[in-house]
Amino acid sequence: MNAVEEPLLRIRGLRKSFGAHTVLHGIDLDVPRGGVTVLLGPSGSGKSTLLRCINRLEKPDAGYVALGEEIIGYRPGPAAGGRVRVLRELREREITRQRARIGMVFQQFNLFPHLTVLENLIEAPVALRQASKSQAAATARELLERVGLAGRESAYPKQLSGGQQQRVAIARALALKPELLLFDEPTSALDPELVGEVLRVIRDLAGGGMSMIVVTHEIGFAREVADTVVFLDGGRVLESGRPEDVLGGATHERTRAFLEAVL
Amino acid sequence: MTLTDVDLLEARLVPPRRPGRWISGAVTLLLAAMLAHTLLTNSRFQWGEVGHYLTESSIVGGLELTLWLTAATMSTGFVLGVVLAYLRLWGSPIPRGFAFGYVWLIRSVPLLVQLLFWYELASLYPKLSVGVPFGPSFGTADTAHLFSGEVAAFITLTLDVAAFSSEIVRGGILAVDRGQSEAAAALGLGRLRIFWRIVLPQAMPAIVPATGNLLIGTLKSTSLVSVIAVVDLLYSVQLIYNANFEIVPLLLVATIWYVILTTLLSIGQRAIERYYARGEGGGR
Repeated sequence: MNAVEEPLLRIRGLRKSFGAHTVLHGIDLDVPRGGVTVLLGPSGSGKSTLLRCINRLEKPDAGYVALGEEIIGYRPGPAAGGRVRVLRELREREITRQRARIGMVFQQFNLFPHLTVLENLIEAPVALRQASKSQAAATARELLERVGLAGRESAYPKQLSGGQQQRVAIARALALKPELLLFDEPTSALDPELVGEVLRVIRDLAGGGMSMIVVTHEIGFAREVADTVVFLDGGRVLESGRPEDVLGGATHERTRAFLEAVL
Repeated sequence: MTLTDVDLLEARLVPPRRPGRWISGAVTLLLAAMLAHTLLTNSRFQWGEVGHYLTESSIVGGLELTLWLTAATMSTGFVLGVVLAYLRLWGSPIPRGFAFGYVWLIRSVPLLVQLLFWYELASLYPKLSVGVPFGPSFGTADTAHLFSGEVAAFITLTLDVAAFSSEIVRGGILAVDRGQSEAAAALGLGRLRIFWRIVLPQAMPAIVPATGNLLIGTLKSTSLVSVIAVVDLLYSVQLIYNANFEIVPLLLVATIWYVILTTLLSIGQRAIERYYARGEGGGR
């Protein structure tokens, strides 16, 4: 990572509990602009929760996430005595605008089944007045071509294979021209022979300089595409670094055990 | 005896014997024949009179009132029901509590009692005025003039439909996968848009059949308004038989109209169900 450049995403002291169960114990993480960060870790280690805290699908209990200059979900109050003493929670409309800067791709695709592929892609840009219907449709067609699904605009999601649905979901996330893309186990719900087509699309995006955070169990993919690999365990960052360092010479016993189990 | 491949392949395939079906079928047919026989031969049904009154102008007038009352209360009530369901699920605490309390109260009080309450509102509040709460008023009207029987009927049935349809809508929405509203939220859609564009359409397949049921129930509930002298289908029939005492044939006239209307509504319901089943991969 380039130490001089400001990170795109800054996570500091992030904590989250569900009832008595603490899922995230104070996460600190920097995500560089234009890089791929892969989150690895056993199930229950807090990877998905961390991802969902980034676009505020979950509300963190403490700590903050900052995308560029903006703190997700809060506005700093006026500085008093040179210090900011209040973070005022944003209203829904403003959180909504922040979420549009961050795209998300889900394990279960979550395409809207009652809308066609094209309608899935233009829904958000039109609703957020980023584009007219015809502009949004033109962008959507380009995106579909990019994920290898040109000509499937009028299909309904259920008429597509899992791999195709996930590629539509990626195109849908891209339609808002997000600054950061989050992937929550994008290939875990797919039949093995369909994993490749989805990973290929993600790899292309990485090649195009898209900033991404990917939760995955595909170690081979992490080794090949990641700029940074972060290993989470029990809600803490255990190690973080270049893939060859974390995957090759893991320093923690937990990391080594996990890698042995999945490889 | 040995079973050879040739025998097995050439054997004719026949359905199983079902003696129970034959017996129950025969009994059903017999009962149906008895019913038809009595309907046709018992002269006290007076089918001639039924035919005569079926399209009698005062009864058609009553039918019209029943139809508009059903249509008006159902459409207004359903829209209110959707709003209540939204408040109940996604509203802030006070509106949520209001929606809960409203549904609780309306469902607890018999429809007939509510109807009489609204009709008798004038005795409870003889005058209604518009103005600042606890302050000066700008205008006053006699409640008795405002609340005719028809207005009381419209209000009662609308509020009732709102309560029941809000529960139907809420149930339908709870059946939609949470991932749908999460994905929509992640795309930056606002709460209202998520409800209206993403969740509600997907809840419709679950909402439509129950709403069809409610609609048919409401159609028949409109007959309650006869107790406050609103001339609906039933009351127009009652007005005639109170004069000529031909009770059975006139009740049959009302029955036939209710059956025709219910049949038409059921057909409409099927069409709407098919519409909302699109995107299900070939339809069911």
